[in-house]
Amino acid sequence: MIASAAAAIAQQGPAIPRLPLKRVTQVELRKMFNTRSGFWLIASIAISAVLATGGVILWAPADELTYSTFATAIRFPVVVILPLIAILAVTSEWSQRTGLTTFTLVPRRSRIIAAKAITSVLIAVAAMVLTFAVGALGNLLGAAATGSSLVWDVSLTQCLYYILGMVLSLMTGFMLAVTIRSSTGAIVAYFVLTFVLPTIFGLLATNQQWFHDLQPWIDIQFAQSGLFVFDQELTGEQWAHIGVTGVTWLFLPLAIGLRFVMRAEVK
Amino acid sequence: MITVQGVTRRYGNFTAVDDVSFTASAGRVTGFLGPNGAGKSTTMRIMVGLTRATSGTVTIAGGQYVDLPNPGLEVGVLLDASAQHAGRTGREILTIAQQYMGLPRHRVEEMLDVVSLTTEEASRRVRDYSLGMRQRLGIATALIGEPAVLILDEPANGLDPAGIRWMRDLLRGYADRGGTVLLSSHLLHEIEVIADDIVMIGNGRIVSQGSKTELLHAAGTLVRAVDLDRLQRALDRLGIRSSLPVDGALRTDVDPTMVGKVALEAGVALTELRPEDAHLEDMFLELTATSQREGATT
Repeated sequence: MIASAAAAIAQQGPAIPRLPLKRVTQVELRKMFNTRSGFWLIASIAISAVLATGGVILWAPADELTYSTFATAIRFPVVVILPLIAILAVTSEWSQRTGLTTFTLVPRRSRIIAAKAITSVLIAVAAMVLTFAVGALGNLLGAAATGSSLVWDVSLTQCLYYILGMVLSLMTGFMLAVTIRSSTGAIVAYFVLTFVLPTIFGLLATNQQWFHDLQPWIDIQFAQSGLFVFDQELTGEQWAHIGVTGVTWLFLPLAIGLRFVMRAEVK
Repeated sequence: MITVQGVTRRYGNFTAVDDVSFTASAGRVTGFLGPNGAGKSTTMRIMVGLTRATSGTVTIAGGQYVDLPNPGLEVGVLLDASAQHAGRTGREILTIAQQYMGLPRHRVEEMLDVVSLTTEEASRRVRDYSLGMRQRLGIATALIGEPAVLILDEPANGLDPAGIRWMRDLLRGYADRGGTVLLSSHLLHEIEVIADDIVMIGNGRIVSQGSKTELLHAAGTLVRAVDLDRLQRALDRLGIRSSLPVDGALRTDVDPTMVGKVALEAGVALTELRPEDAHLEDMFLELTATSQREGATT
């Protein structure tokens, strides 16, 4: 019995180790940089951060040349670009049809999706570190150029809030990419969700008292806005707003989208 | 070895693949033949888990494809040479495959060499590739992990005659070394020259399958002789039915060996004796006529 089992194992040759998630993640990271469009998309974060910083130095009034002004100015281009990176990382497998090879080499699709989520978050964090560095440089330059005093009005906690906010924006893009699996569709949906919907919610809140009270529990952008204003620590209730809107707008659709991705036909 | 058992795939009311079962054995090239839209690609996608079967199972190397720990090392797959990111260079696409599989770096250059893509071509982006070059790159991706099983969908598409010849030799060598090769084509001739076994599919169903020799010779024997009447009488006496002479030749259902022996005993000099091979082609044409719009008449 034992002898025959041993013989069977010997016949099979050495067992092939399962593809480690670390390796899949490394390859996914490479795939984000190895096309011209992918490379420039990521480079555009640095470029726009520098441009935004330059703009603040040139045009902001001297008394507003504080670190928070720089960080806020840089946020706007970055909050648009980061989710695009996450969206395209997922949708290109379908739009460029590379999924045919990817999902053949790594048939457990959850591993590819997980690796893409990890790489997107890594890039987001790296981008934020870069943003803070560029902002700091801008602050130093601005103070030197205008002769005003240096103001560092952002705490470490606020920096972490800011990173969390960016990661949540990125995950919104990621969720839409997984759910829609088409570059154009996901990008349009992202802009609707981040720019159109908040405006509608805002109008509704100013005109309808009942919605005014409910808004922080429904409007994800409104709930997360506290993460981006550099003035106070978030209260427990504000965290609850972020949690509730995060579950309804982010995790539930993401769970549904993941189910689709696992079952969808790759053509 | 690949074993396909009762695989069915429905899209709403349409049945793309209907109860397909066959085996591709190790050491042999199995040709998957059928007109466009017959269900070849869907069956192949089901094999590697890109499409779910409505029912039925496929086992590759003793298990399900999705359970393979590192599929690239066991099964080489090329489903569509055009499905590549147009903005990546050929070398980069091969490098991605090499890295997923955890292979040494030098395998990339080795494979480029095997499929005859030059250093300059490998540095070009795939959007500037011809279909033949994409096909070579796809074959390199399938082969880089030195798998024991190959699944190739229309690999000869876009290759020039020299390229087709090269691929035929490559696949032949692969099977001769004990590999399992399954390749599809909608061209009978292509399958005929390379395959050992043929599986013919039409409208999602298997129409015919067996070894090439079996299928090609299933129609019997064509024989010409100096004295055709005498040969026919000799055959009749043994209860072997033969057709009326057409064009100075007789056709029978028995194999050439039998006809040869009968002729020897009857003392009839033969001028031609060969297995008749029109059967598969007739069948294929019929299939093509009913499932394709070009309207080839039989």
